[in-house]
Parts: sequence; C-alpha cells; structure tokens
Amino acid sequence: MDSVFNIDIREHIPNNPLLYQPPSYDSLLYRRKSSTIGSKRRSSSRGRFGSLNSVKSGGSTIKRQDDIEKSLLEERPVRELAKSMKEKRAVRDQRSLKAQDLSDWGQWRQNTRRCLKRLKDNAEDRLSSLKLWRSDIRQIEARFGTGILSYFSFLRFLVVLNLVIFLLMFCFIMLPIIIIPYTSANITQNDQDHGSVCSVYPSSTRLGLVIFHEHITDLLSGGGFLEQTYLFYGFYKVDKIQYPNGTYNLALAYLLATIAYLLVSLIWIVKRSATGFKQNLVKDEDSFQCFCNKIFAGWDFCITNEKVADLKRSSLLYELRTDLEEERIKQEKAKRTRKDKCQIYSLRLVLNVFVMVVLAACFYSIYLATTFSQEQQRKQVKVNFIMDLIHEYLPSIVITLANFLTPLLFSVIINFEDYSPAFEIRFTLIRCVFMRLTSIGVLLFSLWSQITNCGEEPCLCGYNTALYSCWETRVGQEMYKLTVFDFIIIVAVTILVEFPRKLIVTYWKSGLSDWWGEQEFAIPQNVLEIVYGQTICWIGAFYCPVLPAICTIKYFLIFYVKKLSLIQNCRPSTRPFRASSSNFFFLGVLLIGLSLACVPVTVSVAQINSSRACGPFVNYNTSWEALTASVMELPHGAQTFLYALSSEAFAVSFFVVSCLAMFYVIALAGAHKRVISQLKDQLVMGGRDKHFLILKLLQAQRLSQAQPRASGSKSRSRGSPSYHTSFNSDFPEGLLLVHPVPNSSTQV
Amino acid sequence: MGNKQTIFTDEQLDAYQVNSFCRLHGRYHELAPHLVPMDYTNEPDCKIPLALIVNMPELKENPFRDRIVESFSEDGMGNLSFNEFVDMFSVLSEMAPRELKAIYAFKIYDFNVDNYLCKEDLEKTLNKLTKEELTPEEVELVCEKTIVEADLDGDSKLSYADFENMITRAPDFLRYLVFVETDASKPCL
Repeated sequence: MDSVFNIDIREHIPNNPLLYQPPSYDSLLYRRKSSTIGSKRRSSSRGRFGSLNSVKSGGSTIKRQDDIEKSLLEERPVRELAKSMKEKRAVRDQRSLKAQDLSDWGQWRQNTRRCLKRLKDNAEDRLSSLKLWRSDIRQIEARFGTGILSYFSFLRFLVVLNLVIFLLMFCFIMLPIIIIPYTSANITQNDQDHGSVCSVYPSSTRLGLVIFHEHITDLLSGGGFLEQTYLFYGFYKVDKIQYPNGTYNLALAYLLATIAYLLVSLIWIVKRSATGFKQNLVKDEDSFQCFCNKIFAGWDFCITNEKVADLKRSSLLYELRTDLEEERIKQEKAKRTRKDKCQIYSLRLVLNVFVMVVLAACFYSIYLATTFSQEQQRKQVKVNFIMDLIHEYLPSIVITLANFLTPLLFSVIINFEDYSPAFEIRFTLIRCVFMRLTSIGVLLFSLWSQITNCGEEPCLCGYNTALYSCWETRVGQEMYKLTVFDFIIIVAVTILVEFPRKLIVTYWKSGLSDWWGEQEFAIPQNVLEIVYGQTICWIGAFYCPVLPAICTIKYFLIFYVKKLSLIQNCRPSTRPFRASSSNFFFLGVLLIGLSLACVPVTVSVAQINSSRACGPFVNYNTSWEALTASVMELPHGAQTFLYALSSEAFAVSFFVVSCLAMFYVIALAGAHKRVISQLKDQLVMGGRDKHFLILKLLQAQRLSQAQPRASGSKSRSRGSPSYHTSFNSDFPEGLLLVHPVPNSSTQV
Repeated sequence: MGNKQTIFTDEQLDAYQVNSFCRLHGRYHELAPHLVPMDYTNEPDCKIPLALIVNMPELKENPFRDRIVESFSEDGMGNLSFNEFVDMFSVLSEMAPRELKAIYAFKIYDFNVDNYLCKEDLEKTLNKLTKEELTPEEVELVCEKTIVEADLDGDSKLSYADFENMITRAPDFLRYLVFVETDASKPCL
C-alpha cells in the first residue's frame, strides 16, 4: 500500500497556522459576493489569509476597473466590518479614493443609496419609538429578562388586535346606523310575521321606580337598560339602509364583518408566528445543542442589576442541573425492564382516566350551572342584590373555580407519571389549555341545547321563543358577563392575594411565609388567562359588537395591573421559560383559541334560525341566508362563479390540492433536515481532510529535504495576546505554498 | 456635553454607527475625567485602564467583563482607547450583524487566547457563569457534553469554525449579546 494513505496517528502535527485559520469574516463576505457578482478571483485572492484583523496591503483585493462600480454599490457598509476603528477608517479612505474614479452616474447612485438607507433607518427608528408601551416593556426586560418580556409584548399585540377588530365592526356596522339621523336615509325593515308570536320582543328596560343597585346589576350583567343598546346584536334591527346615493345592506355587512375579523386575526397570528415556527422546525429536538446554548448564549448581557444577575445565575444553574438530570433519566430509562415498563404504563393509564373523570365532572357542573342560571333569569326570581348577581354569574364562577383547581390537580398528578422534566411541563400545559378552552365550549353547548330544545315538539320559530325572544342577545350577554367577571377576578386576585402575600412574606417571618414564599410570575398560567379572554372576545364579537372595544380597554388596564404586580410583588421564576420558543407557544395556544371560537360562530350563523324579533337577520331564516340572498342579486356570471366555488367538486379538489401542498412542504422540511446533517458531516470530513493533507504534505517535505533543517520550532510569539497571530514563525522554510505568507507588518 | 462639532469633525461622525455617539463620548469622559480630553478633533492617544471600565453599569454584573474589555483592546490588557470603546458598544448593540457578534463572542470565551476553546476555557467560562456552584464532576460532565455537541473536526476542542456553526443555531444569541443603553445620569434599575 502506498505510504500516502497510511496516517500514523501518533505522528505529531506541528503547529501550523493553516490549521488555525478561522474562516474570516471578510472571506465569508467575499465568498457570498462571488456567487452574486460572479467574480471568483476575488474570493481566492482574499480568502486564504484574510485573518480577522489584517486588512491592509496584504489582504486587499485586486479589482478590475469594470467591477469597481458594482462592488462599491453592493459592498457592506464600513461599520459592519469586523475591524477596529482605525482599520475601518482606512477601508473607508480606500473606498472613497476608488469612488472618485467612478463616473458621475456611479457616484450619484452611490450617494442616493446612502441617503435612502439613512432615511430608512431614521424612519424605522421613529416608527419603533411610536410603539405602544415601548419604554415600559424595555424596563421590564431589563429587570426580568426576555421570558416575561414576551408575555407583555403578547399582551400588547392583543390590545392592538382587539382595537383593529373593533374598528372593523364600528366602521361597517355601527357607523352607518349612527349617521342615519345626519343624512336623509331610510331604513327598510320588512317585518314579516308582523304580530306573530315570534317577533315579540318585550322591552327589558325597567319601569317605575328603579332601585339604584338594580342599575349596577344591569351594568354587570348586560341586561335591563343595556340590553337594547348598541352593545348587543338585538339593537341592530335594520336590514337595508337607503342612502341618497345607494343602498347599504347592513345584514350582509354584519355577516361579512364577522368573517373578516376572524380572517384578519388568523392571518395576523400566522404571520407573527412564522419566525418562531421556522426555528422550531429546523431544530431536531429541544435537547439539540442544549449545553452549548446555555454556556455560550446563556448570559443576558443587558442585565445591570445585582439581584437580577443573581437570579439569572441561579436560573442557569437550575437549567444545567435539570439537563444533567434529564441525561441521568435517559440513561435510567434505557435500563428499564419490561416489568417496570408495564407498571409505569398502567399507572399512567389509570391517572389519565382519573384526569378524564375529573374533567367530565367539571364540564357537567358547568352545564348544570348554566341551565340553572338561565332558569333563574327566565323566572325573574329576585331574592336580593347579591343573590341576583350570583345567579347571573353562576356559570362564570364555576368556570373560574374549575380553572383554578384543575391546574393544581394536574401538577400533583404529573409527579406520579414519571416523565422527563421538559415533557412534564409541556403535558401539564396541554391539559390546562384543554381545560380552559373546553369549559367555554361546554358553556356554549349548554346554551345551544337550551335554545334549540323546545321540549317534545319541534320549535315554532326554529328556536325556543318561550325562553328567548332574542337568543343572540342572550348569548352576547353571557359572553359579556364572562369578560367582565374575568377582568374582576384578575384585578381582585392581584389586589387581594398578591399584595397581602408580599406584605406577609416581607414583614411577618414565620413558617407560613417560608412555605408560601414570594410570588413568582408564572408565565404559562398568565398567558392561558389572556388567551381565554381573547377566545371569549372572538366568540362574543358577533353577538356583542362593542365587546372588542371592552376587551381592548380590559387588556390595556390588565397591562398596568400586571406590571405593577410584577414590579412590586414578584421575583422572577427560577424555572426559566425559554424565550425563543415561548412566542411560538403563545401564538399556538391563541390559534387553538381562534379555531375554537370559529365553531360556535359558524354553527349559529349557518344552522340556528336567527331571531325574528331582533337583529339584522329578521327577514331571513338563518344569518347565512343574507349572503345567499345577495348572491342571487349579482349578475349571472358572478353567480355561477360563486356557485362553482362552493360546489362539492371545488371543495374536494381544493382539499386534495392542499393535502398535496402540505405533504410537499413536510417532505421539504424532512429533506432540509437531512441536508443539514449531511453538511455537518461534510464539515467534519473537511476538517479531517485538512489535517490529513497537511500531515502528508509535511511528510513529503521532510522526505524530500536533503539535509536536516535548522528550523527548530520557534515558539509562537505569545507576546501580544491579541488576535494578531504570528504566521511566519512556524513554517518550515522549504514549504511551498500557493499564496505568499502575509507580511509581518500586519501585526501590531 | 458640548456641541458635536467642537468634539469631533464631521468625518469622524460620519464613520460611526452608534446613534448616541456623543453620549458615548460623555460616558468615556466620565470614566476618567482627568485622562480624557474633551476635544477629540486631533485624535489624542489616551487609554483608560481595565479597572475603570469594568465598573461601568453595563459591565458591572457581567461575569465576563474582564474578557470583554480585553478582547476589544489592542494590547490585550484591557486598556481601551476611545475607538475601541466605541467598537465595544457598536458590536454589542442591537444593530451589529450576527457574524460580528460571533467573532467577538469567540474572543471573549477564549481565555488563553490560543484561537481554540479548549476544555480549560470551557471550565473557566462555566465557573464564571455559575460562580463555581457546580461540583467538579458536574463541571467535567457539562464541558464534555459541550465539546461533544459542538466539536466537528474531532480534536476535542472548539475551533472558530465549530463555534460559529454552533452559535448561529443558538436562538437567543443575538438577543442576549446586547447592551441595554443605560443613561449615565440615571441610576441603573
């Protein structure tokens, strides 16, 4: 065998600077440029010895005259070069010299480019300074880190989203009605069934002497004087508005505005989650590079507070210890016998069944509470002020109680199920999400069963008129009550639980305060709270068009309440929540909430008969008919087109095409992952090849030398511990290289 | 703080990226008022020693403060001239590109300045991060795992290529290697 192929591993590879070459920043740039501009010569002449800080004559490129213009226009700005200030200025002088060689056209282009870039930077600066709560969020970030920052920026996003939804509803639904008195417009509301039992809508305003607390009950429950106002669906008893210029079909506008706000929310959330999703897709698992990330990208450089620094340190410590623990558990898992596995799986099964039973019990109690509350309201049973309110708010109370107790239960149960710590956290969260969002679903289901169930015979008007003369308003009222109660609870818990806790723990040292400890800002629970509120808003906006505005104000106030509580009462959590994946988690849960919210809205628009006594859809059977009726009025061509869109043939083919697209994208993602691992292998091979080749080269050199060289190995100069490594001290002199050794004058 | 034109020439202002450039000069001056002249138009040659810079609020709590300052100084001893000071803030600002930050991060973690992150460098990094609260076995284990994760060429130490390949995948890297601009006049939060 040729001795070329046998590497003696024991052979010492002398210190050779070629091996130490970092891929310099400049060579990276030029390798990129060469693919875009196409002059390959530049990369070869610059790449090899462009070490980090040598820019001068040794590394400067040889540019052709006709390449100058292109290169100057597309070169990185001076400030982004990885050089010290002096060298940057030298580069800038060089460039300005070359720029003077340019034609006038080239110079003008370059100047405009620079001006535009500066304008753009300034504009971006101004825009970002207009962002809501920018300084508050900065403050929070500096003190509590990026995990909690993501919660507050999520809250800000929801405020803006709700504002946009409200503007949508206001412009298309409320504004046309508001300006009726100011323009000479006519309202057309053909009351079919005039006088039939279906279109009876008794006024709910209180008559006679009204006790003050009844006003408060009305305010909190959306009944009484609030019922027949802009707040609820029932007020918009307008079909079409005849303006001097044309007709405005309010019924159609109501329907389309609903669809529009759902679509707008969907698109905005998906757009926002796109970046986080990309990262999650490329990473293999959560434990990919977990140690490296913590050591090299673990310390947050923006920490300036000693306490925060201590907390960061302890949270890093905790994370590292958790990771080591996970390693240990993985090794233990591998050692599990079959008997152990059976035991654990059966235990998990039992516990999951138990969790299901608990959830079923909660849902049944919500159902009971809703039906009881509706009964009480119908019977108009008045006991006293407090009992009235409790009857109104019974569903909300039960839901809140269930949402408070079940997470505690879940966190106890998960300890017995023997999962890895990371999976434990995720699984508990999934269970909590499921609980929260399904409780709203159960409430709506119980309402639905009451609305469409008229006893033995089929309903006269399509819905239960005896119970509800205007069922949409009733649903809107329930959503309104949920929102108000949610807000009251958040503020009450902050004031009545968190502040006293802080006072107790600070001023009264005892066993209780030690056990209870200082409040931690639990990010997942807080996020679930606001996602719950947002889901209610999405569902309720159809029945209560002002609800998005109420939610905007609610989240606006919650921001300040939470910020105050955070700064006064909380210490940052020792169980750190990864900031990078947290955005993705928040938006994922929000998306689940949105898809849940679409279901009741779709069912009530398409299936349940709309009220005959109130609302814009008096003349139609279901709300959806407003759309079909106006499609009938379109020209024939558009009609056929729209019918074709909604036919089964189109739906099936659309479904098939989206399935294909999805499979393609999944396959692409899989292919990318494989390419990444292949490239990683290539990098490894490249490094080994380098070693091998240099070793062989040196061997060949040694063999071909006639007399022994008096090279010795000069010790590398350690004099300046800066990054200007000395290149020429270790080369055996006879070694012929492709490129000349850089001048030692590049060293400082 | 004087008028911009009296401290720097227009050209000098042009070359720099940091928006609050004059504020930086104010801060540099505050660190050592007797050393730093107010008038920079003639580019005076003065350097502030490490011990003074390390007490700045941005660096005070940072476990790597010594290494940060050393890696930006030309002489490697941590004495920063104003150019290097601006360099440091420029690299550790939000607008610096990822590659730039990766280069300097490598310098910071390379304690013995041999262009490699060897096991001793990692151990020192870890001990500075956790203030030596991990047991030696845990430190050993963590360093081993780190090298296994990031080392591509199999020499059981991390060269810059290994480091760069790894750090570009770290999701928080860009966000964390940023100074928050604290106003020199206000006490830090």
